[in-house]
Amino acid sequence: MLTDILYIWSDSPALSLAIWLVIAIVILYLGRPHAHQLLRGTGRAIYGTLRVASASIRQLEQRVMVRNRDVLLAMGREATEKAIEREFNRVNTIVERDLSQYPGLHRKLADTLQKIEEDYHAATDNAPLPPAWAELVETISALPSSGDPAVTKILDNIKEVVENSHEETLKAYQKSVNERHKILSGMQPEWRTLNHTLEKVHKTITGLEDRAKVIDRQMADYESMRKVEDKAVHALTASSLTQFFIATLVLIIATFGGIINFHLIALPMSEMVGGASHIGSVRTSDIAALVIIMVEITMGLFLLEALQITRLFPMIGSMDDRMRKRMAIAAFTILVIFASIEASLAYMRDLLALDREALQQSLAGAAVADAQFRWIPSIGQLVLGFVLPFALAFVAIPLEAFVHSLRTVLGLVVLGALRTLRLTVRLIGGMANHLSKMLVSLYDLFIMLPLSIERLIRHGRENPSRRHAEPSDDVSESKSAKSARRRNPVNEEPAEDVSLAAREA
Amino acid sequence: MTTINAELRALHEPQRNSRQNARWRKLWLAVIAFLIMLLLGCGEPANNSRAAFVLIDISSDYAGELEKARTLSNYLLANLNSGDSLAIAFIDNSSFTERNIIARMTFDHRPSAANQQKREVKAQLDAFVGRFSVPSHHSDITGGVLLATDYLVETNAGQRYLFILSDLHEDLPPWLNREAPVKLNEVQVVAVNVKRQRSDNNNPQAYQQRLAGWQQRVEDSGGRWRVVNDLARLENTVVLR
Repeated sequence: MLTDILYIWSDSPALSLAIWLVIAIVILYLGRPHAHQLLRGTGRAIYGTLRVASASIRQLEQRVMVRNRDVLLAMGREATEKAIEREFNRVNTIVERDLSQYPGLHRKLADTLQKIEEDYHAATDNAPLPPAWAELVETISALPSSGDPAVTKILDNIKEVVENSHEETLKAYQKSVNERHKILSGMQPEWRTLNHTLEKVHKTITGLEDRAKVIDRQMADYESMRKVEDKAVHALTASSLTQFFIATLVLIIATFGGIINFHLIALPMSEMVGGASHIGSVRTSDIAALVIIMVEITMGLFLLEALQITRLFPMIGSMDDRMRKRMAIAAFTILVIFASIEASLAYMRDLLALDREALQQSLAGAAVADAQFRWIPSIGQLVLGFVLPFALAFVAIPLEAFVHSLRTVLGLVVLGALRTLRLTVRLIGGMANHLSKMLVSLYDLFIMLPLSIERLIRHGRENPSRRHAEPSDDVSESKSAKSARRRNPVNEEPAEDVSLAAREA
Repeated sequence: MTTINAELRALHEPQRNSRQNARWRKLWLAVIAFLIMLLLGCGEPANNSRAAFVLIDISSDYAGELEKARTLSNYLLANLNSGDSLAIAFIDNSSFTERNIIARMTFDHRPSAANQQKREVKAQLDAFVGRFSVPSHHSDITGGVLLATDYLVETNAGQRYLFILSDLHEDLPPWLNREAPVKLNEVQVVAVNVKRQRSDNNNPQAYQQRLAGWQQRVEDSGGRWRVVNDLARLENTVVLR
């Protein structure tokens, strides 16, 4: 068909092709303005539409950004409020525990000080022996004996009396000193008590000071969040992402724990619910095992919620303390019952595995061997069956962190996706615009022959008229005019583009 | 004052009504969605049970292969689970009778009870192999296949297997009529250890023709045909799911 059309003009393919080419060039030359309009119009339409779409996506992006920021700040504010509340509770505990005893402590300090003062007064040193006594004794000893026995005797008597008196005074002084020493020794425990009491007060005051510093820091963070500062938003984003990754990691570990738990109870569950029944393509025993694990996790959630460790269910959090306590006891009891059931199932699994192993051996024709230390895996499975439910119960903590941080992470993912979409849309729009320009140029390239002829004819027509109008024009002017004319068709397009862009804007 | 209140109430009445209607509509939608999900969930449950029938040829040409039958039965016993069925029968002069069945059992839904039943089946087969002494003169394979078909249909299992341990050389006594059509729809027929006869050595084409004839017969009856001569390859060829 195509060949027939090709050879419509002549049997020679070259000639026929040339004729077709000429026809095509002529047709394209004639339809040039329309074709240009079509190509550029399409390009501009795509560009404009995608620009509008990009602007809409940008608006959506802004909204998502604002929403992310709001969510982050709300979460951060809530967390900080909780932290500040906790710190105040601690301060209250310290004040109630230690500073409530402060009047008693103060009285004790005052009593101790009073006693020490009294002791101090009691221990005041008496005046030492007057030095005149010593001088008197020395003077009497140094008196020369004149040989008169009466004088000598008198002097001896005086000396003896003085010495006796001196010794008595000395003894009295020594006694007094000893008593004072005793009093001072008795003051030692009082000093120690005083020191101990003061240390206690110091410790309490220091603890309060630390708490006050923490509260100050938290309050600064809170203030920063209230002012919607970028610093706070960045810190919260980083914290949220870290929480998300940690929570994901812990949840993956918990999932593996759940899989082990499942394999531990799936086989013995077939003894209870039957190994032949299926729900869909899944065995009922497998579903029952999964349900048990899910119920255990749910009970763990309720237990931690009732203990106010997690806050996933506001209804449980708003219950009164008695009700929550009852709920915690109920959840814990159910958890213990399930753990006991699992432990027995795990033990039963071991027995079943043993029986199956014996059967396989007898079917293979081998003698059934008595396995040594068989009790070790049995006990291991029993313990594992009891412990795993409790371990899985704690999954509520990473789950809460995961759920809370997921909001932020999802917001960031949506934001990233919107940005990528906007960029892609802008790129496609730009490419479409550029492609339309390229196609216009290619179009002109294809019909360059008639275009050149047209340009020559136009040039030929315009030159005589110009020469007639301005015969004194120099060559340079004519050249510039020519170049301007040459440029003219090319410059038309950007001008149109600019006007289009202005209209779109 | 009361009139103003009444007017206000009258103004708010349509809004309240529309809100209540919207709430009821949502509730109905939720109930309908739940019912649809319930109906979808209550579809026909998939039949995952399996049934296997083992036919053992005890004719004089094949009687020496009883040990292979025991190996195959043990393999099946090890692979079948709770809810599955297994029957073992022998092919002799006239195979379409109850006395041909050595053991048959549908395993209990409890794995421990199923294990006990498997031991019983094994014991019955061992007892049969132990007391077997006189091979049969003829081999009524078609009768055995008919017996197996009846059993497999009766079990209503999702997957049905028929294992034939024979040289596939049918030698019917003259008084037997085996023109009845065999219905092997959805049955996977596995010819295990198809022993070559002495005459096959002289003319191997006869062996091929015999196999091709049985394949044709099985496939015409709606079954799927497979030959496994090496028992070690049974696990790779026939997958018991």
